[in-house]
Amino acid sequence: MVVVAIAIIRMKDLFAVVMLSGIYSLLSASFFVAMDAVDVAFTEAAVGAGISTLLMLVVITMTGHKENTTRHKPLPALIAVVITGGLLIYGTLDMPYFGSADAPIHSHVASRYVTDSMQEIGVPNIVTSVLASYRAFDTFGEVVVIFTAGIGVLALLAVARRPEDVEEIDSINDSMHEQHLVIRIVTKMLIPFILLFALYVQFHGDFGPGGGFQAGVIFAAAIILYAMLFGLSTARKVINQGFIHLIAAVGVLIYGSVGIASMLNGGNFLDYNVLAIDPIAGQHLGILLIEWGVGCTVASTMIIIFFNFAGRREMQQYNENKLNKS
Amino acid sequence: MLMGLFNDWIVVILMMIGLYIVIAHGNLIKKLVGLTIFQTSVFIFYISMAKVDGGTAPILSDDIVQYSNPLPHVLILTAIVVGIATTALGLALVVRIKESYGSIEEEEIQLQDNEIKDESKEEAQP
Repeated sequence: MVVVAIAIIRMKDLFAVVMLSGIYSLLSASFFVAMDAVDVAFTEAAVGAGISTLLMLVVITMTGHKENTTRHKPLPALIAVVITGGLLIYGTLDMPYFGSADAPIHSHVASRYVTDSMQEIGVPNIVTSVLASYRAFDTFGEVVVIFTAGIGVLALLAVARRPEDVEEIDSINDSMHEQHLVIRIVTKMLIPFILLFALYVQFHGDFGPGGGFQAGVIFAAAIILYAMLFGLSTARKVINQGFIHLIAAVGVLIYGSVGIASMLNGGNFLDYNVLAIDPIAGQHLGILLIEWGVGCTVASTMIIIFFNFAGRREMQQYNENKLNKS
Repeated sequence: MLMGLFNDWIVVILMMIGLYIVIAHGNLIKKLVGLTIFQTSVFIFYISMAKVDGGTAPILSDDIVQYSNPLPHVLILTAIVVGIATTALGLALVVRIKESYGSIEEEEIQLQDNEIKDESKEEAQP
């Protein structure tokens, strides 16, 4: 990983840099598997190696892929970095050794999660029960952050397409995507399975690695794949943009309403025990619902982000074409 | 000693590489890639703290006694998804900067800003 990171510094071509950062993400995902963090590895592989690489590529097509050779003040920067790094390494000398079971991190609340979560929540995957139940309020905040980022991208990049231009843009689009027959057919066969897998990850999150965050990203990846190969205009016909915006908001709403519902039933905010007569059943219901909320918001936010980037690019191409003609 | 702290050192090295890219490179996309490296190094730090010798993935099963710590996993899992959302926001800003300045190099943007400032000063003192 260090080698890849250094290569990223040296590269001038941004295309290569982005590809390397994809490899870097994949490497860190395999590292997470080795460290027993299967849920995290799952997310990193889908997000880092998939969607973020893709977004960066779209941006590079808009901004050009050559980096300027000039560096400003590399030497002072290097000195600052070396000093900071040296201090941090000095700091690590006080750290508990890797893998030691008596490190402070394992001695407080974590042991309760490991020993009691089966009786209290009834879900085998501890990561899910901590994420969706013990620290549900935290996760709610994070879902709201993702939703806000989606709105931000929308505000920055949304282009209003004039109705008279739409047809022309669509025709450019379609002509671009007529080729690549083999890829298109293979993808068409794969997409249902990817969507199915996303739903499996969504519902199986209680028992194995998975959950709303991963499922949302995988679901979005399937839609993005479709949009890439069949053109944005076709994808827009399949998925209504207004509908997607609605779903992103509904996801947050579901999550919040579960919290309010548990308050109305006499518990604390997001305390699922009161949702059903049996506390365990209540926990299951609560986790299921909020995982749905998370999944909806994450998937639709990722789709919104991609469509806005790609739509912006499409508009730029259209304007360039217009200039060339006149 | 060497093996016990090896992970932490790699984290520090990666973090410093990310920081160096952010400080020394003028290209805005490269800066964002540097931030991503920095971010991932923090993820690695958390995840290696969670590892317990002889432990397995924190999915409960009857015949396993030792699990890794699930709490850092939860924190990092959500952090990754939040990270991509904020990176997307950053990229959106880069796209807008490119559209209004015609460049994503820090110096060129600075230069253009200075020119605008100078012009407005000259206008103020005719």
